[in-house]
Amino acid sequence: MSARAFRLPAALARPGAPALMPRPRLWMGLVLLAGFALSVAVAEAQQAAAGRPGALAVLRQWTPFILQGFALNLGMSFLAMAIATVLGLGLGLMQIARSPVLRLPAKFVTHLFRNSPWLVILFAVMYLTPFQMRLPQLGLVMIPDWVKATAAFSLPVMANISEILRGAVNSIPKGQWESAESLAFTRGQTLREIILPQCIKRMIPAWMNWYALLALATPMASILGVHEAVGNAQAAMEAAGSRPEFLGPFYLFLMGLFFVYIYPISLLTRRLERRYAVTL
Amino acid sequence: MIPDLIGPWLAELHRSTGLNFVVFYDGFEYRRFVAGAVLSLQLIAAALAVSLVVGVIGAWAQGARLAPVRWLMGAYIEVFRNTPPMVQMLFFYFALGAYTPQIDAGGYYEPMITAFGWALISLGVFGGAFNVEIFRAGLEAVPKSTHEAAESLGFSRWQIYLYVTLPLAFRISLPALTNNLVSLAKTTSLAYVISVPEMTFTLSRVWSDHVNVPEMMLVLFVFYVGIVTIIAAGLHLLERRLALPGYGQ
Repeated sequence: MSARAFRLPAALARPGAPALMPRPRLWMGLVLLAGFALSVAVAEAQQAAAGRPGALAVLRQWTPFILQGFALNLGMSFLAMAIATVLGLGLGLMQIARSPVLRLPAKFVTHLFRNSPWLVILFAVMYLTPFQMRLPQLGLVMIPDWVKATAAFSLPVMANISEILRGAVNSIPKGQWESAESLAFTRGQTLREIILPQCIKRMIPAWMNWYALLALATPMASILGVHEAVGNAQAAMEAAGSRPEFLGPFYLFLMGLFFVYIYPISLLTRRLERRYAVTL
Repeated sequence: MIPDLIGPWLAELHRSTGLNFVVFYDGFEYRRFVAGAVLSLQLIAAALAVSLVVGVIGAWAQGARLAPVRWLMGAYIEVFRNTPPMVQMLFFYFALGAYTPQIDAGGYYEPMITAFGWALISLGVFGGAFNVEIFRAGLEAVPKSTHEAAESLGFSRWQIYLYVTLPLAFRISLPALTNNLVSLAKTTSLAYVISVPEMTFTLSRVWSDHVNVPEMMLVLFVFYVGIVTIIAAGLHLLERRLALPGYGQ
């Protein structure tokens, strides 16, 4: 029995990486849909008896409005991911720098944003950044809330991407650095031409996992009045008379909406994870 | 007590610079802060405990012989891992909360499960979904040969599970478990959305009363980074204590 037997697969041991999953099946999604359908059917039957539009009818009426909000969730998640990737890679490279002037601040920023709750970071950015800005051509411009929320969501993801990059670089066997050195590569050359190209493949599953977590965090923006899917659903329930029987179908619908979008991503993530699994 | 110790200095700081750390010099706000901190710590401790129990039971259920049990477990994991935790919490509190019975609290009626209770259930179930996978991966990573060796030594099925598989699986799961528990501890701040007066909620009340957002935000960051550091340090210590001699780096 080798020492390796007691270690987790590399993908699991890496911080931030998702756990390996059993073969996922289509019926798992169907179970959610079935639960949703059942609860709606029950509520609908009750309302039909009372002669009011049932929760399902109200939900159908407001679905375009909720989907409109969901488009903003998607937009925020794309934009935040783009920002987080660029900043995170930069921060990660600073983390592996030799100079403490670069390394220590990068470590501090990474740990601060990795260890704070998303909600607290969201509050901090929403309340502590200006709500308007003077731009050279346009004069005084109001910064929309969703832009600030996007910036806030990108911060924790940035810190985690920075940590993923550091982990990936550390996962490359030391021998490669040494052989590159013996071939007279400089440190920069080694990093650019040997180490980082190998890291990209190792980082992709973790990067996608963080995208999924980011997309699942975007509903928090509704707490601060951004009109995304959850905020719109709550507004819709209020507009339709705030009846308690709306709550189940509306929130289940929101869960289903996110599930339909995120589940394929997490399936793909797991498949890539297995394919790119580092074999030691 | 903190207000007696550094209160005068902080009050002076407020007069001279405008930096208002009101929760540390004003008695009323200090008690509010302590209540929020205690509730936050209780919520974190309870949520971690519930998620661990869910994880252990779930990992056991995933190995069940009955196929429907495995299917239900798989569906539970997929649903809770792939939907927003905030919507889960809203669903638990508002949708399910509407159906829980009310109990007579001496003249008026109170829901049987409070907001804190729902936050705890929702966080435990959410974190548990991740723990199930972590424990299952740990159980699967225990080499077959260890199992066979125990069998050849005359251990019964339960003894093998209790004395051989479980202790090894727990050690293998620890690093991934640390990540998830830390992440769950941070997620407890989401209880804000159902008005559980934990740290985030309490300090947001304080800053709307005193308009001292930057100062309270600093306190909030220090609080959470501190808690996360303590949890992570504790689990790393456990990891080192439990490390098998001769294995790992």
